[in-house]
Amino acid sequence: MLEALQFEFMRNALLAGLLASIMCGVIGTFVVVNRIVFISGGIAHAAYGGIGLAFFFGFSYLMGILGFSLLVAAIMAAVSLKTRQRADTIIGVLWAVGMALGVILLDLTPGYNVDLMSYLFGSILTVPTSDLWLMLIIDGLVVLTVSYFYHDLVSLSYDEEFARVRGVPTKILYFLLMAMIALSVVMVIQVVGLILVIALLTIPPYISEKFSGSLLEMMFYSVLLNVFFTTVGLWLSYSFNLTSGASIIMVAATCFFISILLERLRPKRVSI
Amino acid sequence: MVSSPVIEVHDLWFSFNGNPVLKDVNLTIHPRDFLAVIGPNGGGKTTLLKLILGLLEPDRGTVRVFGHSPREAAGSIGYVPQEIGINKGFPISVRDVVLMGRMRGGGGWRRFSRPDKIAARQALERVEMWEYRKRRIGELSGGQRQRVFMARALVGEPKILFLDEPTASVDQKGQTDFYALLKELNENATVVVVSHDLMVLSSYIKSVACVSQQVFFHDAPEITKDMLEMAYHCPVELIAHGVPHRVLPKHSGE
Repeated sequence: MLEALQFEFMRNALLAGLLASIMCGVIGTFVVVNRIVFISGGIAHAAYGGIGLAFFFGFSYLMGILGFSLLVAAIMAAVSLKTRQRADTIIGVLWAVGMALGVILLDLTPGYNVDLMSYLFGSILTVPTSDLWLMLIIDGLVVLTVSYFYHDLVSLSYDEEFARVRGVPTKILYFLLMAMIALSVVMVIQVVGLILVIALLTIPPYISEKFSGSLLEMMFYSVLLNVFFTTVGLWLSYSFNLTSGASIIMVAATCFFISILLERLRPKRVSI
Repeated sequence: MVSSPVIEVHDLWFSFNGNPVLKDVNLTIHPRDFLAVIGPNGGGKTTLLKLILGLLEPDRGTVRVFGHSPREAAGSIGYVPQEIGINKGFPISVRDVVLMGRMRGGGGWRRFSRPDKIAARQALERVEMWEYRKRRIGELSGGQRQRVFMARALVGEPKILFLDEPTASVDQKGQTDFYALLKELNENATVVVVSHDLMVLSSYIKSVACVSQQVFFHDAPEITKDMLEMAYHCPVELIAHGVPHRVLPKHSGE
């Protein structure tokens, strides 16, 4: 592993993993406790439509994916607030339509051929230094926003009705949370791919929720777990010449199943 | 009573998915009242409570709490929701749940202040849950959790306290303690309890509101035969016939 660090691409990959870990650990905690994994998956997939739009109309790739996923996130947030009963179905439809739109627009764009696989699994080994700076800025923004609204977001996540009675602007915060999910998902997708985003958002918070005393602790442990998963995954990928994104997911998945096993073995605490 | 009312509900209508839930509701609650809200399941008790709390918007009509909209009055309202065991796996300590009751509005680098923490301690001591302050909320029993929610409502020093089926998961002894505490609180605050538990309630309440699409208010702590019928018979008959109907064509005393 140490000799691998002499390569810039490996150092960048590790740094990208670290920055993605922070983002996914913090946002993933809210995704898991608010049970909005499906919406997050929807945003991440539908964002592909933004790539299609950007290439077809010839504007910046980042603007396309960012604008489109923020729009999709806002629609999904509105749908899940308004029509709770069939919200998941509508999100599923948006999910599919977003991806299909992206594929068709890319078909229609002459000359361009974006590899769908690199969108799904990312290319953490080819992250340019400029992307690292952008990730650092977005990490900073997300961490600042979450600490500014920490107690509001906790009360919204724990008991939305009570928070509303106390005058917490829960609807605005819900949209803000969705926007942060879109922002981090988009940022991380470019680096590590869509599939890995979902894994980093869900697996570490799921594991840390069991032994955390607060959301803050849960975020902290989630970030640590993410760092561990990405580093070990990258090392395995380097040593055995495997796809990096998939290796990271397999490390995370192994820990996920071990945690479930430990949970089963541990005597249950009394809870009525 | 000549004092200005705590709650005024005027000409309130509410429907859900096109089905009327509440019709032409008029209700006035005075300071230091202890009101029991009873009625059949699906009769609109919880809906009425949520309308007064501002959690739902009426189709027509107005709700005033201390002369303001429910949102503006948020600071003087305490709310104990139904204990239905939501979010039991949520990583939050008992103390942090109670501190939530000190929130006012949103935003800011809010950290809870010393007075907030003192108030949280007093509220937890009042419901005899201080020793559990560091436990995760999901580890408690239903009855203990209910007392924590009570503390969370009290910590904001409310002038009016709303409780929705507060003793659903509390044992007999717990219920007696719970209502004794409510009675004590009632010396300074208005209390509104939604409950099935007419018998327990009858020794504490000062007035009764029956909710079954319409609201009938009785400014006396008595439960009449009509009210019992309304609270208990109607659901049974609804199931038997499968057709909604008016239980009381003409409400006695109206």
